[in-house]
Amino acid sequence: MSTSPRTPTAAAEHTRLLKDLQEGRLPDARGRFGPFGGCYVPETLMPAIQRLTGGVYRLLPDKRFQQSLNEELQDWVGRPTALTHAAGLSDRWGAEVWMKREDLTHTGAHKINNAIGQGLLAQAIGAERIVAETGAGQHGVAAAAACARLGLPCVVYMGEVDVERQAPNVDRMHRLGATVVPVASGDRTLRAAIDAAIQDWVTDPGGTHYLLGSAVGPHPYPYLVRELQAVIGREAKAQLAARAGMPDAVFACVGGGSNAIGLFHEFIGDEDVALVGVEAGGRGGALGDNSATLSGGRPGVLHGAHSMLLYDDDGQIQETHSVSAGLDYPGVGPEHSLLQMIGRVNYVTASDEEALDAVAECCAAEGILPALESAHAIAGARRWAAENPGARILIGLSGRGDKDMPILRRFPVATAAVKEAAHVAA
Amino acid sequence: MLPHKAIERALEASDGPALIAFLTAGYPSTDSFLDVLSQVEAASDAVEIGVPFTDPMADGVTIQRSSHAAIENGVSLRWILDRLAGRSTPPAAPLLLMSYLNPLLAFGYDELAARAREAGVSGFIVPDLPFEESAPFRASLEPEGLALVQLVTPATPAERLSGLCAQSQGFVYAVTRTGITGGEVDLPTELTNYIRAVKEHSRVPVCAGFGVRTREQVARIARHADGVVIGSALVEILERGDSPTEFLSGLRP
Ligand SMILES: Cc1ncc(COP(=O)(O)O)c(C=O)c1O
Repeated sequence: MSTSPRTPTAAAEHTRLLKDLQEGRLPDARGRFGPFGGCYVPETLMPAIQRLTGGVYRLLPDKRFQQSLNEELQDWVGRPTALTHAAGLSDRWGAEVWMKREDLTHTGAHKINNAIGQGLLAQAIGAERIVAETGAGQHGVAAAAACARLGLPCVVYMGEVDVERQAPNVDRMHRLGATVVPVASGDRTLRAAIDAAIQDWVTDPGGTHYLLGSAVGPHPYPYLVRELQAVIGREAKAQLAARAGMPDAVFACVGGGSNAIGLFHEFIGDEDVALVGVEAGGRGGALGDNSATLSGGRPGVLHGAHSMLLYDDDGQIQETHSVSAGLDYPGVGPEHSLLQMIGRVNYVTASDEEALDAVAECCAAEGILPALESAHAIAGARRWAAENPGARILIGLSGRGDKDMPILRRFPVATAAVKEAAHVAA
Repeated sequence: MLPHKAIERALEASDGPALIAFLTAGYPSTDSFLDVLSQVEAASDAVEIGVPFTDPMADGVTIQRSSHAAIENGVSLRWILDRLAGRSTPPAAPLLLMSYLNPLLAFGYDELAARAREAGVSGFIVPDLPFEESAPFRASLEPEGLALVQLVTPATPAERLSGLCAQSQGFVYAVTRTGITGGEVDLPTELTNYIRAVKEHSRVPVCAGFGVRTREQVARIARHADGVVIGSALVEILERGDSPTEFLSGLRP
């Protein structure tokens, strides 16, 4: 997939789209980010989508709504989150490494920023019930917690594979009062969970709000989720400016793309800052062995949006693989597809093995157990640091790794990075 | 006659309510596809052929199951068009392809429209393509005279309903309830009012579907609509290996 425009007209078009993004004109009135986005949903959902869109454009700019959201973010979520100088990684990599600590939020991942925001919005537009999907379980836990806080019943769909590999989060959702429905169809991971959540929503579009957990789906979700996650980048930029200055490069993992768009959004206009999204390279480059949608996909339509997508020549959606449940998804948010097309963000991959190594290295060097998803961002940053000595690097640490114990248990700690750490210590 | 007109004519020509039958291509077996299709054509006024898709988000358990099994059996849009194009006689009833958008996109709209018409297809129903997003696909269907059927639901607001009815070709697909395919429909007064409203706005026949499975329901819907769509119920009949002819003719009042 080429990111550099081939013709002068394409180059001019890309410049115009970047300017539109920077000046807040995207998504446009039709929910488009250039050629991507839109709203591809069954007719049954159109009235619900229109009600939600009305609510989003009325409430997001509303002072009272923002005030109650900010109170929740501060008192309940625990914002602002810390910006940590990663002294150990800085030494090892010969760089200046900073980490934005979304792992320190209530429930342990950035997903809570979106869950509480959408919960408040759903309540304001009269929803009586919430459905959500989850992969890693972090969005499910965040949705369950937000619903308990707001007094809304919550049903979470989760693929059977993920129920098993992210078991600690299933118990947490139950404790928080949510009903967890294991999904046995399709690939039994995040994609099947979204299918099931939409099938549920279609049966009660009048009373149910679909609390979508990433910057994917039909308009207005990619916009709504970006706006609710943009707090990550706003805080990080101000915190870093106060302590060091502008970063040279910013890294985030990309599943559906919510923590990445939340971190990148504030930096889109700072064209000297390199933005890098790290997708799951899984166990290799062949279709089915990874979840690297932007690296290996093509434009298509799934779950309501036109965006980059992994599918075969018949248009059937491709099964994916990643050691991290939260990145194990064949689609990606439409804004990322645009950011790749115009070359503003560079999308790379990190393999399962690199991510597992990054978990070990981050534990050893920083005393932080990152989520497997977030570990992909660390792995991508590590590689970039080797090629750019001395650079100032900001990494989005989207969540903590407690949930990953059932997976990590299968990989004893004898990875290269840990051995090296032990060697350095000795 | 243009294919989309042929659908209208066929539905209007039915004495009694028109029957539109849905089957998933290549389910339960690929070998019997053309045979089953011919039987279903003979017993109905139009046929929807379901193109299987990995993520059928508007469908209930029956069509999810048939769709996944058909993919396992190797069925694709290309396979369906090849089989249809290879038949020795034209279809006995107008054929529509019911597909989610991505298989159509992957095929390429222009080539698809040309190949579909050659294969004797008269139109398309695309459940995840709302009218607002449909201009590029309609632009490819138009030169071939192929229909793009619009769906309306009981929750569709009045202004939107009149717009969709005015744009629909072949027939208007009046979904009888919010929800996915399958299950069962009953007919409260709001529903009869809704179907009457759809009739009022529509220039083409109105056929109601989602959850229709008995002769009794067909008779009651037929008091207001021009016809019915039989989906999951027929798929279940075919799944059990029962005769589609007997089942479909048993639905006619
Ligand atoms: C900690 C963490 N990071 C990242 C992701 C990936 O989602 P997104 O790309 O929307 O940020 C998840 C999803 O479950 C997650 O739990």
